[in-house]
Amino acid sequence: MAQSLAGGAAAREPGLLQIAGLIAARELRLAVRHWDQVAQPLIFFVVVTTLFPLAISPSLTELRNIAPGVVWVAAMLASLLSLESLFRPDVEDGTIEQWALSGQPLPLMLLSKTVTHWLLAGLPLVIMAPVVGTALGMPMSVWPVLAGSLALGTGCLSLLGGIGAALTVAVRRGSVLLALLVLPLEMPVLIFGARAVDLAMHGEAVAGPLNLLAAVLLLCLALAPFAMSAAMRISIE
Amino acid sequence: MADFFHMGGYAGYVWSCYGLTLVVLLGNLWFARRELDSQVLRATRRAQVSTIPGSTTSENAS
Amino acid sequence: MWLWFYKLASPPYAYAVAAKLRPWLLWSAIALMIVAAYGGLVIAPPDYQQKDAFRIIYVHVPAATMSLSVYVVLAVAAGIGVIWRIKLAHAVAAACAPIGAWFTVLALATGSIWGKPMWGTWWEWDPRLTSELIQLFLYLGYMALRSSFDDTQRADRASAILAIVGVVNVPVVKYSVVWWNSLHQGPSISKLGAPSITSDMLWPLLTMMLAFMLYFAAVLCDRIRSEILKRERNASWLSGVMSTRAVGT
Repeated sequence: MAQSLAGGAAAREPGLLQIAGLIAARELRLAVRHWDQVAQPLIFFVVVTTLFPLAISPSLTELRNIAPGVVWVAAMLASLLSLESLFRPDVEDGTIEQWALSGQPLPLMLLSKTVTHWLLAGLPLVIMAPVVGTALGMPMSVWPVLAGSLALGTGCLSLLGGIGAALTVAVRRGSVLLALLVLPLEMPVLIFGARAVDLAMHGEAVAGPLNLLAAVLLLCLALAPFAMSAAMRISIE
Repeated sequence: MADFFHMGGYAGYVWSCYGLTLVVLLGNLWFARRELDSQVLRATRRAQVSTIPGSTTSENAS
Repeated sequence: MWLWFYKLASPPYAYAVAAKLRPWLLWSAIALMIVAAYGGLVIAPPDYQQKDAFRIIYVHVPAATMSLSVYVVLAVAAGIGVIWRIKLAHAVAAACAPIGAWFTVLALATGSIWGKPMWGTWWEWDPRLTSELIQLFLYLGYMALRSSFDDTQRADRASAILAIVGVVNVPVVKYSVVWWNSLHQGPSISKLGAPSITSDMLWPLLTMMLAFMLYFAAVLCDRIRSEILKRERNASWLSGVMSTRAVGT
């Protein structure tokens, strides 16, 4: 009896993809139950972009000049807001502790969590951005570059933000500290991304900044999970 | 000599830079020393207190 | 051969060494600064384009170099602390941060003042200036993260991760003038090939850079000693040293 139990358990040792898939499924299920938490950063994104025509000028010709920057900054701030809910609930109820103790690779688990978080927080921004950009006077021809650069960029923001979130998750009222730590790291992403859209609006070649963004994303994908895992282990001890 | 201070018309820029540098360098030096002195003072006091018989208990052993 | 390294990792030894070294470091720094300042302000001829304003280079470039070097020292020390679990390495990292931050402020300020007559503007958002500003934010973020933890050990390790992640910015600052066509001038000194600056103008610059490094080491001595005192409060070696001090021997 004991033998067959042991044999059965060994045969069911989960593979890496399985672990990632289980965590992703869990995150999606939780998101569906609290979809209002998912929607809030998106609404914030729209509201922030609305502030600029009110503050600066309702003239579309003037807004068009600053539209790439405004959309990008609003996306950065919205992603910062969504980072609050990335790790904190799971640290508070001990889930992350269980993950750390489980013997499975923590970097992979946190990466899976972050990728799913991007699907719920970053991807909606990418989809919403052309709408918001048009409201600020961007021509439709720019939409592909806008969406593309934001897709790459929000991926970087989620990963870099994940590092900051893991570092500050145990700090009381750490949201401002999170912003202070993460925004300087994200500035290159902002520079490349906004520049790509700006170039597209002037009809120039966008390959340069987009390639740089892709490179940054690859670097983050490769290294951020390990930084997140190290930071998380410190935060939960 | 006056030419030296005049710095070819750029006196304001050049001397404010050098002045700023002096202030920052001296300031760092001074504040680092001040911090060290205050830490040394506290450590010395703690050592003095602990040499008094009976002053160190399991409660205040710091 | 590595004995000196292991000895340095011991707080009492490092404490004594720092105390002994500081006067040497400080006085040689001061001497070199005087020599370099004389060379830069008096001996070096005025620049063809910038006239006498170029003399700001003798404080701006050393400050900027130090702002990056100190961060690398900080990140390496933090890395050593995390990998080999040497507490003193974390103390070094903590001690470096305020000094490096001030060098960055100095680099930005002197650069801005220099920019006004040369480029006609106090500030430009070009890659080098922007990445140097990011460098300042990285220092501030490091110090902010440190102070948000009550426990020194957790503060050490969390800020070490941040420092290592942030070290990516250092090559960006350094090579920004090479990678992008920038308003900021290109590198004046390069390892390969002849420098684009005459030797009369070059030697005060190199001397001043060395002077700044010695100065940094001198200030670091004081700050490391403070860190050791703060961290080793309960250590018996400390009360021994301090009570002999108190008695006045």
